[in-house]
Amino acid sequence: MRRAAVLAVLLALALLVWWPLWFILMGVFLPADELNLLLGPIFDAEAERYAAWTLLPSWPTLQPLAELLLDTPEFFTVFWNSCALAFPQVLGQLLVGAPAAWAFGRLRFPGRQALFALYVALMLLPFQVTMVPSYLVLDALGLMDTRWAVILPGVFSTYPVFIMARGFEAIPPSVIEAAELDGAGPVQIFLRLGLPMGVPSILAALVLGFLDAWGAVEQPMTFLETPTLWPLTLYLPEVVQENLGVSMAAGFLALLPALLIFLFGQRYLEQGILQGAVKE
Amino acid sequence: MTRSARCATRSPSASRSSKRRRREAAWALAFLAPSLAGLAAFVLAPFVETVRRSFTNALGTRWMGLANYRSVLSNAAFRLAAANTARFLACCLPLLLGLSLLLALLVRARRGRGGVFQTTFLLPMAVLVSAIVLLWRVLFDANGLANGLLVSLGAQPVDFLGTDAAFWVLVATYLWKNAGYDMILWLAGLDAISRDLYDAAAADGAGPWQQFRYITLPGLAPTAGVVGLLSLINTFKVFREAYLVAGRYPHESMYLLQHLFNNWFLSLDMGRMTAAAVLLVLALLIVLLPLRRLWRLEERT
Repeated sequence: MRRAAVLAVLLALALLVWWPLWFILMGVFLPADELNLLLGPIFDAEAERYAAWTLLPSWPTLQPLAELLLDTPEFFTVFWNSCALAFPQVLGQLLVGAPAAWAFGRLRFPGRQALFALYVALMLLPFQVTMVPSYLVLDALGLMDTRWAVILPGVFSTYPVFIMARGFEAIPPSVIEAAELDGAGPVQIFLRLGLPMGVPSILAALVLGFLDAWGAVEQPMTFLETPTLWPLTLYLPEVVQENLGVSMAAGFLALLPALLIFLFGQRYLEQGILQGAVKE
Repeated sequence: MTRSARCATRSPSASRSSKRRRREAAWALAFLAPSLAGLAAFVLAPFVETVRRSFTNALGTRWMGLANYRSVLSNAAFRLAAANTARFLACCLPLLLGLSLLLALLVRARRGRGGVFQTTFLLPMAVLVSAIVLLWRVLFDANGLANGLLVSLGAQPVDFLGTDAAFWVLVATYLWKNAGYDMILWLAGLDAISRDLYDAAAADGAGPWQQFRYITLPGLAPTAGVVGLLSLINTFKVFREAYLVAGRYPHESMYLLQHLFNNWFLSLDMGRMTAAAVLLVLALLIVLLPLRRLWRLEERT
């Protein structure tokens, strides 16, 4: 009885997540006329009826998807823009962040706690605070309205450093000491021992970093003016009114990379969330 | 530094160890160098400039004292946005903490078979806000699904995005997107409470509610601080939803500090923008400083 009640509440709450995703998925398979019939009232303030939705399309089609992929070349530009912003950021976070995290997690140096506290404080600052300083330096370097304006501040995000440092911290000291006795230098220890043993937390940082970069709205909106540089997040709301079916298909394809990374990296994502918060 | 110098005079092995220490610190600096250089160039130096500019005119050429700060604090839009943001935090944080704790408890009550639901509730983290904007319009438009449902139930339609209801639509979206993140934190907190406590309480005849009240809730206290703080920080990201659905000037109940910052930025109102950024940092520091030990590194010996 109690178990059934728990399940019922969980299912009801889960529907709130499943329904929106189902909505987007079905939008891809609905033929254009059915879609316009169902959602038309939204774009027509004079309409005397309300929008409606069906659970399944009466006649499934891949036409919107085909139209998007074959007749909408700007979609590829925008998709490429999203990739060109997100992947360099994540790669940079790894290249710059992993060594820094190693220093915090494994090495002793004066000012270690104070510097780490600074990294934590920076990680917690919202974009609205860093926006002004970022603008000042990007403007001075002439980088405004280029991809670098989004990539460079993202590369130096301190959140990945924080998560990776937590992972490196957990490596047993005996392993490192053994390598030192074998005569391995600091760089060798980092590359041959630290990186492989830190893989789970490195992946955690990368998954969180990618989801953040892929879904970013504020940074591209603030630093990119030219529409041909815009990523999916800025393009999707624009496309809505012109062609419903294509919008739904574009929304679906924009979701796909993030959903795939989520499904394959969920374990690391959860670990990353925990390393960002709880001291074990 | 002084301690290692004192050690060095004591014995050859101590001097070796102090040399080792210095080498280790040098390597640490080398490992940190790219990150530090980037932070100095892209965050720290421009932040110093931001603080300086907050005391000058828009071009940064003439000292203005506290004029920018006075202008921010007396600005009607700032007061509206600050009040809305405070109201948003006051409504959202308790709702979010409660809802996510409920999710965690329900998932755990499934005992190992809650994995599907755990994934489900975390999933919105990966969902692009931009992709669900269309859905939002479909739901909350004057002719949208929500009103269709209300009317079919015999109620009056509501202008969701043009009235005070906009605020609650925003709260609901925030909860939808962030509850899973907090649920993961609560789950870890629940795992950390010893099973023995529950067994002992059950042996003493404590019912489920009493166990929750006297074991679970106090046991979660350490988690609550962190969950609350991270949720507070995450609320700033709700601007995405608000902006993508309602644009730069949404209904005034939804006009947040983030909108104001964005609009000042677009009009390049440097004086107010820099002063407001400094004020926001100060406000956050006041919240963060008492909690800083939560994030300390382990001391290495």
